[in-house]
Amino acid sequence: MSDADLLFKALADPGRRKLMDRLHAHDGQTLSELCQHLDMTRQGVTQHLAVLEAAKLMAVQWRGREKLHFLNPVPLQEIYDRWIRKFERPRLKALRDLKRRLEEDGED
Amino acid sequence: MNAANRSHFVYVTFIRTTLAKLWEALTEPQFIRQYWFKTTVECGWKKGSLWKMTRPDGSLTDTGEILEIDPPRRMVIRWQNEWKSELKAEGPSRCTIELEPVDGAVKLTITHEIDRPESKLITAVSGGWPRILSNLKSLLETGEVAITTHPGH
Repeated sequence: MSDADLLFKALADPGRRKLMDRLHAHDGQTLSELCQHLDMTRQGVTQHLAVLEAAKLMAVQWRGREKLHFLNPVPLQEIYDRWIRKFERPRLKALRDLKRRLEEDGED
Repeated sequence: MNAANRSHFVYVTFIRTTLAKLWEALTEPQFIRQYWFKTTVECGWKKGSLWKMTRPDGSLTDTGEILEIDPPRRMVIRWQNEWKSELKAEGPSRCTIELEPVDGAVKLTITHEIDRPESKLITAVSGGWPRILSNLKSLLETGEVAITTHPGH
Protein backbone atom coordinates (compact mmCIF):
# COMPACT_ATOMS: atom_id res chain seq x y z
CA MET A 1 0.00 0.00 0.00
CA SER A 2 1.38 3.44 -0.89
CA ASP A 3 1.93 6.17 1.71
CA ALA A 4 -1.12 8.06 0.44
CA ASP A 5 -3.30 4.92 0.61
CA LEU A 6 -2.18 4.25 4.21
CA LEU A 7 -2.94 7.85 5.08
CA PHE A 8 -6.45 7.98 3.62
CA LYS A 9 -7.25 4.54 5.06
CA ALA A 10 -6.14 5.72 8.51
CA LEU A 11 -8.34 8.82 8.25
CA ALA A 12 -11.36 6.82 7.06
CA ASP A 13 -12.30 5.59 10.53
CA PRO A 14 -14.25 7.62 13.10
CA GLY A 15 -12.47 5.94 16.03
CA ARG A 16 -9.06 6.90 14.68
CA ARG A 17 -10.19 10.46 13.96
CA LYS A 18 -11.42 10.64 17.56
CA LEU A 19 -7.99 9.47 18.78
CA MET A 20 -6.39 12.21 16.68
CA ASP A 21 -8.73 14.75 18.29
CA ARG A 22 -7.73 13.47 21.74
CA LEU A 23 -4.07 13.89 20.88
CA HIS A 24 -4.72 17.32 19.41
CA ALA A 25 -6.38 18.35 22.68
CA HIS A 26 -3.49 16.93 24.72
CA ASP A 27 -0.37 15.78 22.94
CA GLY A 28 2.08 13.20 24.29
CA GLN A 29 -0.34 10.82 26.08
CA THR A 30 0.27 7.25 27.24
CA LEU A 31 -1.98 4.39 26.10
CA SER A 32 -3.74 4.37 29.49
CA GLU A 33 -4.41 8.11 29.30
CA LEU A 34 -5.80 7.72 25.77
CA CYS A 35 -8.08 4.87 26.88
CA GLN A 36 -9.77 7.07 29.51
CA HIS A 37 -12.85 8.90 28.21
CA LEU A 38 -12.94 6.67 25.12
CA ASP A 39 -15.62 4.10 24.45
CA MET A 40 -13.11 1.60 23.07
CA THR A 41 -11.30 -1.43 24.45
CA ARG A 42 -7.61 -1.07 25.22
CA GLN A 43 -6.93 -3.60 22.46
CA GLY A 44 -9.02 -1.54 20.01
CA VAL A 45 -7.11 1.62 20.86
CA THR A 46 -3.79 -0.22 20.43
CA GLN A 47 -4.84 -1.42 16.96
CA HIS A 48 -5.99 2.06 15.90
CA LEU A 49 -2.72 3.57 17.16
CA ALA A 50 -0.75 1.05 15.06
CA VAL A 51 -2.68 2.11 11.93
CA LEU A 52 -2.10 5.80 12.73
CA GLU A 53 1.60 5.13 13.29
CA ALA A 54 1.92 3.22 9.99
CA ALA A 55 0.33 6.21 8.22
CA LYS A 56 2.86 8.50 9.99
CA LEU A 57 -0.02 10.40 11.59
CA MET A 58 1.39 9.60 14.98
CA ALA A 59 4.91 9.62 16.39
CA VAL A 60 6.03 7.74 19.48
CA GLN A 61 8.64 8.68 22.04
CA TRP A 62 9.84 6.81 25.09
CA ARG A 63 10.26 8.71 28.31
CA GLY A 64 11.73 6.20 30.73
CA ARG A 65 9.34 3.24 30.66
CA GLU A 66 6.44 5.33 29.39
CA LYS A 67 5.51 5.26 25.71
CA LEU A 68 4.12 8.66 24.72
CA HIS A 69 1.98 9.23 21.61
CA PHE A 70 2.24 12.45 19.62
CA LEU A 71 0.04 13.67 16.81
CA ASN A 72 2.10 14.18 13.66
CA PRO A 73 0.33 16.68 11.39
CA VAL A 74 3.00 16.69 8.65
CA PRO A 75 1.12 14.17 6.40
CA LEU A 76 -2.05 16.29 6.77
CA GLN A 77 -0.10 19.28 5.46
CA GLU A 78 1.01 17.11 2.54
CA ILE A 79 -2.63 16.19 1.79
CA TYR A 80 -3.50 19.87 1.96
CA ASP A 81 -0.69 20.80 -0.44
CA ARG A 82 -1.46 17.94 -2.81
CA TRP A 83 -5.26 17.66 -2.71
CA ILE A 84 -6.74 20.94 -1.51
CA ARG A 85 -4.46 23.86 -2.34
CA LYS A 86 -4.33 23.26 -6.09
CA PHE A 87 -8.11 22.93 -6.36
CA GLU A 88 -8.57 26.13 -4.37
CA ARG A 89 -6.62 28.28 -6.78
CA PRO A 90 -8.99 28.27 -9.79
CA ARG A 91 -11.92 29.07 -7.51
CA LEU A 92 -10.10 32.02 -5.97
CA LYS A 93 -9.13 33.25 -9.42
CA ALA A 94 -12.77 32.98 -10.57
CA LEU A 95 -13.86 35.09 -7.59
CA ARG A 96 -11.15 37.66 -8.33
CA ASP A 97 -12.18 37.86 -11.99
CA LEU A 98 -15.84 38.24 -11.01
CA LYS A 99 -14.98 41.05 -8.58
CA ARG A 100 -12.94 42.85 -11.22
CA ARG A 101 -15.72 42.53 -13.79
CA LEU A 102 -18.37 43.82 -11.38
CA GLU A 103 -16.18 46.75 -10.37
CA GLU A 104 -15.46 47.61 -13.99
CA ASP A 105 -19.21 47.54 -14.74
CA GLY A 106 -19.75 49.97 -11.87
CA GLU A 107 -17.39 52.47 -13.45
CA ASP A 108 -19.36 52.63 -16.70
CA MET B 1 11.06 17.76 34.38
CA ASN B 2 7.52 16.55 34.92
CA ALA B 3 5.51 16.29 31.69
CA ALA B 4 2.85 18.61 33.12
CA ASN B 5 5.37 21.45 33.41
CA ARG B 6 6.57 21.23 29.83
CA SER B 7 5.12 21.97 26.44
CA HIS B 8 6.42 20.08 23.49
CA PHE B 9 5.61 18.38 20.23
CA VAL B 10 7.21 15.72 18.06
CA TYR B 11 6.93 15.95 14.30
CA VAL B 12 8.15 13.31 11.91
CA THR B 13 8.53 13.16 8.18
CA PHE B 14 10.09 10.53 5.93
CA ILE B 15 11.99 11.98 2.97
CA ARG B 16 13.27 9.91 0.07
CA THR B 17 16.80 11.32 0.08
CA THR B 18 20.20 10.64 1.69
CA LEU B 19 21.49 11.64 5.12
CA ALA B 20 24.11 13.92 3.52
CA LYS B 21 21.60 15.68 1.28
CA LEU B 22 19.10 16.25 4.09
CA TRP B 23 21.81 17.53 6.44
CA GLU B 24 22.90 19.96 3.73
CA ALA B 25 19.27 21.08 3.29
CA LEU B 26 19.07 21.79 7.03
CA THR B 27 22.34 23.74 7.27
CA GLU B 28 22.93 25.52 3.93
CA PRO B 29 21.43 29.05 3.95
CA GLN B 30 20.66 28.95 0.21
CA PHE B 31 18.82 25.66 0.67
CA ILE B 32 16.97 26.78 3.82
CA ARG B 33 15.71 29.94 2.12
CA GLN B 34 13.93 27.85 -0.53
CA TYR B 35 11.67 25.92 1.84
CA TRP B 36 11.59 28.24 4.90
CA PHE B 37 9.59 31.10 3.35
CA LYS B 38 12.69 33.03 2.24
CA THR B 39 14.12 33.13 5.78
CA THR B 40 17.91 33.42 6.09
CA VAL B 41 19.84 31.39 8.67
CA GLU B 42 23.29 32.36 9.92
CA CYS B 43 25.23 29.80 11.94
CA GLY B 44 28.70 28.25 12.17
CA TRP B 45 27.13 24.81 12.92
CA LYS B 46 29.55 23.96 15.72
CA LYS B 47 28.79 23.42 19.39
CA GLY B 48 28.39 26.89 20.89
CA SER B 49 27.85 28.60 17.49
CA LEU B 50 25.30 31.39 17.55
CA TRP B 51 22.24 30.72 15.41
CA LYS B 52 20.12 33.46 13.90
CA MET B 53 17.12 33.63 11.54
CA THR B 54 16.17 36.77 9.64
CA ARG B 55 13.44 37.76 7.19
CA PRO B 56 14.32 39.08 3.70
CA ASP B 57 14.04 42.66 5.07
CA GLY B 58 16.76 41.85 7.63
CA SER B 59 14.49 41.80 10.71
CA LEU B 60 15.15 39.07 13.28
CA THR B 61 12.69 36.23 13.78
CA ASP B 62 14.57 33.91 16.13
CA THR B 63 18.02 33.63 17.74
CA GLY B 64 19.86 30.98 19.70
CA GLU B 65 22.86 28.72 19.98
CA ILE B 66 23.89 25.24 18.92
CA LEU B 67 23.79 23.21 22.15
CA GLU B 68 24.74 19.87 20.59
CA ILE B 69 25.73 18.89 17.08
CA ASP B 70 26.63 15.51 15.57
CA PRO B 71 26.62 15.78 11.74
CA PRO B 72 24.74 14.36 9.89
CA ARG B 73 22.49 12.82 12.58
CA ARG B 74 21.53 15.23 15.30
CA MET B 75 21.55 18.81 16.52
CA VAL B 76 19.98 20.68 19.41
CA ILE B 77 19.30 24.40 19.07
CA ARG B 78 18.53 26.80 21.92
CA TRP B 79 15.72 28.73 20.26
CA GLN B 80 14.50 32.14 21.35
CA ASN B 81 11.71 34.00 19.61
CA GLU B 82 12.59 37.61 18.73
CA TRP B 83 9.63 38.99 16.82
CA LYS B 84 6.62 38.74 19.10
CA SER B 85 6.89 40.12 22.66
CA GLU B 86 4.60 37.55 24.32
CA LEU B 87 6.58 34.70 22.75
CA LYS B 88 9.95 36.30 23.48
CA ALA B 89 8.90 36.71 27.12
CA GLU B 90 8.66 32.92 27.49
CA GLY B 91 12.45 32.66 27.14
CA PRO B 92 14.48 29.97 25.40
CA SER B 93 13.06 26.73 24.00
CA ARG B 94 14.95 23.70 22.68
CA CYS B 95 14.63 22.31 19.20
CA THR B 96 16.10 18.85 18.59
CA ILE B 97 16.56 17.73 15.00
CA GLU B 98 17.30 14.02 14.41
CA LEU B 99 17.99 12.18 11.15
CA GLU B 100 17.84 8.40 10.79
CA PRO B 101 18.06 6.31 7.60
CA VAL B 102 15.00 4.04 7.20
CA ASP B 103 14.31 1.83 4.14
CA GLY B 104 15.78 4.05 1.41
CA ALA B 105 14.51 7.23 3.04
CA VAL B 106 15.54 9.42 5.97
CA LYS B 107 13.31 9.81 8.99
CA LEU B 108 13.47 13.40 10.17
CA THR B 109 12.22 14.03 13.70
CA ILE B 110 11.73 17.53 15.10
CA THR B 111 11.11 17.85 18.83
CA HIS B 112 10.45 21.35 20.07
CA GLU B 113 10.07 21.87 23.81
CA ILE B 114 10.04 24.47 26.55
CA ASP B 115 10.03 24.08 30.33
CA ARG B 116 6.66 25.71 30.94
CA PRO B 117 3.06 24.51 30.65
CA GLU B 118 0.72 25.76 27.90
CA SER B 119 3.42 27.63 26.05
CA LYS B 120 2.30 30.11 23.39
CA LEU B 121 5.68 29.77 21.71
CA ILE B 122 5.20 26.01 21.26
CA THR B 123 1.68 26.60 19.90
CA ALA B 124 3.07 29.19 17.46
CA VAL B 125 5.97 27.06 16.18
CA SER B 126 3.78 23.95 16.02
CA GLY B 127 1.78 25.70 13.29
CA GLY B 128 4.87 26.61 11.28
CA TRP B 129 6.78 23.33 11.32
CA PRO B 130 4.32 21.19 9.26
CA ARG B 131 4.45 23.72 6.40
CA ILE B 132 8.24 23.90 6.56
CA LEU B 133 8.62 20.10 6.66
CA SER B 134 6.12 19.58 3.85
CA ASN B 135 8.02 22.13 1.75
CA LEU B 136 11.36 20.51 2.59
CA LYS B 137 10.10 17.04 1.64
CA SER B 138 8.63 18.34 -1.58
CA LEU B 139 11.82 20.25 -2.47
CA LEU B 140 14.09 17.24 -1.89
CA GLU B 141 11.81 14.74 -3.63
CA THR B 142 10.51 16.83 -6.54
CA GLY B 143 12.71 19.95 -6.69
CA GLU B 144 9.75 22.25 -6.00
CA VAL B 145 8.14 23.78 -2.94
CA ALA B 146 4.39 24.09 -2.39
CA ILE B 147 4.26 27.18 -0.17
CA THR B 148 6.38 30.28 -0.68
CA THR B 149 5.02 32.71 1.91
CA HIS B 150 4.49 32.41 5.65
CA PRO B 151 0.95 33.36 6.69
CA GLY B 152 2.16 34.36 10.17
CA HIS B 153 4.97 36.72 9.11
